[in-house]
Amino acid sequence: MSAGVDLDGVTVRFGNFTAVNNANLAIRGGEFFSFLGPSGCGKTTILRTVSGFLDPSAGKVKIGGQDMAGIGPNKRPTALIFQNLALFPLMTVSENIAYGLRVRGMDKATRRKKAEELLDLIALSGQGDKLVSELSGGQKQRVAIARALAVEPQVLLLDEPLSALDLKLRQHMRNELRSIQQRVGITFIYITHDQGEALTMSDRIAVMSDGVIEQVADGKTVYDEPETAFVASFVGENNPFPGKVSKASKDEAVVDTAFGKLKGRNPRGLKAGDKAILFVRPESFKLGKGGEGTTLESPVKNVAFEGNMTHVFLKGAAKKDITLTVGRHVGGKVPEQGEKATVHYADGLGLVLPEGKMARE
Amino acid sequence: MSSRAFVILLPFLVIAAFWVMARYEARTVHDPTHKSYWERNGMVLGIMFIVLVALWTLFLVTLPYLYMVVESFHPRLPPTKRFGPEDYLTLEQYKSLFVSPVDKEWNTTHLYAFFYTIVVSSAVTFLNLCICYPLAYFMAQAGTVQQVRLLMLGLIVPYWVNEILRAFSIRLLLAAKGLINQGLMGAGLTDAPIDFLGNNTGMWVGLSYANLLIMMFPLYNAIESLDKNQIEAARDLGAPWWKIHRDVVIPYAKPGIASGCTMVFMLAAGSLAAPLFLGGPNTLWFTAIVYDFFFQAFNWPRGSAYAFLLLAACITFVMVMLRLFKVKLGEAIR
Repeated sequence: MSAGVDLDGVTVRFGNFTAVNNANLAIRGGEFFSFLGPSGCGKTTILRTVSGFLDPSAGKVKIGGQDMAGIGPNKRPTALIFQNLALFPLMTVSENIAYGLRVRGMDKATRRKKAEELLDLIALSGQGDKLVSELSGGQKQRVAIARALAVEPQVLLLDEPLSALDLKLRQHMRNELRSIQQRVGITFIYITHDQGEALTMSDRIAVMSDGVIEQVADGKTVYDEPETAFVASFVGENNPFPGKVSKASKDEAVVDTAFGKLKGRNPRGLKAGDKAILFVRPESFKLGKGGEGTTLESPVKNVAFEGNMTHVFLKGAAKKDITLTVGRHVGGKVPEQGEKATVHYADGLGLVLPEGKMARE
Repeated sequence: MSSRAFVILLPFLVIAAFWVMARYEARTVHDPTHKSYWERNGMVLGIMFIVLVALWTLFLVTLPYLYMVVESFHPRLPPTKRFGPEDYLTLEQYKSLFVSPVDKEWNTTHLYAFFYTIVVSSAVTFLNLCICYPLAYFMAQAGTVQQVRLLMLGLIVPYWVNEILRAFSIRLLLAAKGLINQGLMGAGLTDAPIDFLGNNTGMWVGLSYANLLIMMFPLYNAIESLDKNQIEAARDLGAPWWKIHRDVVIPYAKPGIASGCTMVFMLAAGSLAAPLFLGGPNTLWFTAIVYDFFFQAFNWPRGSAYAFLLLAACITFVMVMLRLFKVKLGEAIR
């Protein structure tokens, strides 16, 4: 069974510091939901509030429609997977997995059976009598998941559990986590600062910054239709062109930037004279002059060849360079360092958003 | 070779042993770049180190004990008769704890004191564990920095006062007209003063208090290194607080608990001031008997035999307990 999680105006303060500010959110049952944000944005605080280790200073946390106020972490239908996993080093793998059942007073035989089922699920059959220290990083990860699943939680909370793994293993575990979630069908709430993890695994993502939820949407929407400058700059690479809107219609706006007048979509309905930032993704740029789109010029500062693609860095207006990525078999000559490059993008791929806080580089 | 001559010869044997160890140390290390003891220190310094260490361990550690061991196997004699025909090796000093040399009856007084000392020491150890575990847990995992600092200060400052002074101040507090009895009578809880010293309350308080820190620090050290996430993980999996302690904290802190308990037990069994100043008039503490043999009866052989019996009993007791609780000796003395 899976339960949804509702945050109704949840605010968490530590002294004068507001870690989470008025979070309103409805996570659906059975959903793989990620909180994505830089460190210190309050995502872990939200997780600890849902799991019951922290009480909200204001607002309500509901799980399966039931208000969780006054219910401790040991009584909630949630299970938490810690960043460092927090497996019990003095217990065997089976004992770790069955610990939640043991404290519920389940007898030894049932515990054993359940632990074996879970060991099968995480493909560690027959390794139940090993000590945790004898397992590899990825195996420990899976044991932590099994230990959390053993208590049959309705919501599984994951606090950056993949951050300690190396790249290959991390990518493998992403698929694994996703497939486990689909098999058991419970709600997963996943905390990460790694947008790749969030985009590949999640049904929906909440992007957070400084305790505020900036946008909640599925991965594609977050990437293609960011609502704020922060989301646009944090999720994926993006080239910002700050300036002032000089002309605006319902669909399109022209921003007067250091590179001249650049055109883009206007989903937030900005008006002429508003301060704005125009965003263009590196992969949206094409080499050469564009007929329909917007063209701009800048000297090449650096070229980085990365196998399947090449990054070209152009001199930007401020400190930040303009990045464009050129795919391998697109044709056309990749400009060299020192040359002046002419690039263009289709107008539909420029995005005009109101000026706002940007993600730190 | 007489036993006393053996004691005198032993220093040279120990020096020789150190010498051999230094000589062959390099051969046991399978590392071609490893420099031997002599290469590292040179001949003069090398010899000096060996002699200094040997003499230090010998004169300050080994010999005094060894002298006592030898003494305990001899009869008690006036100095003039030493090394004479009456000076032979004997077990009678050890036997005297069990069978009184005077009336050839069971030596019940001393045997009672012997077991009483061990039982009370274990009880004091357990009491200290019960007091210190929650405190140590609070300081290591739950308290704020400010609270921990205050607590730590409160624990340490009383130990700046010397042990005898502390024992007497407890005596003053618990005496018939002491502060506590005055308070109890003033509050109307009791009509006559309670004899805290006669019923051994004083001794219990004194013994526990004297060894509180000895229990505190190993416990604190052990619990402090426990990852907080482990506690939270257990809680998140549904464990109530006492199961968290039973399954996560105590197993983790077991080496610390064992080392604290071992030290407190040994020190309590060997303590003199608290039972002497705070015990009741009918309480016979074994260490006090040993003390009397040395300094009242001038019977060093019997005193040292008693002391070694107590030491042997305590070591055996500790070993059995460690085995019972499945702690390795190496973990406990870490």
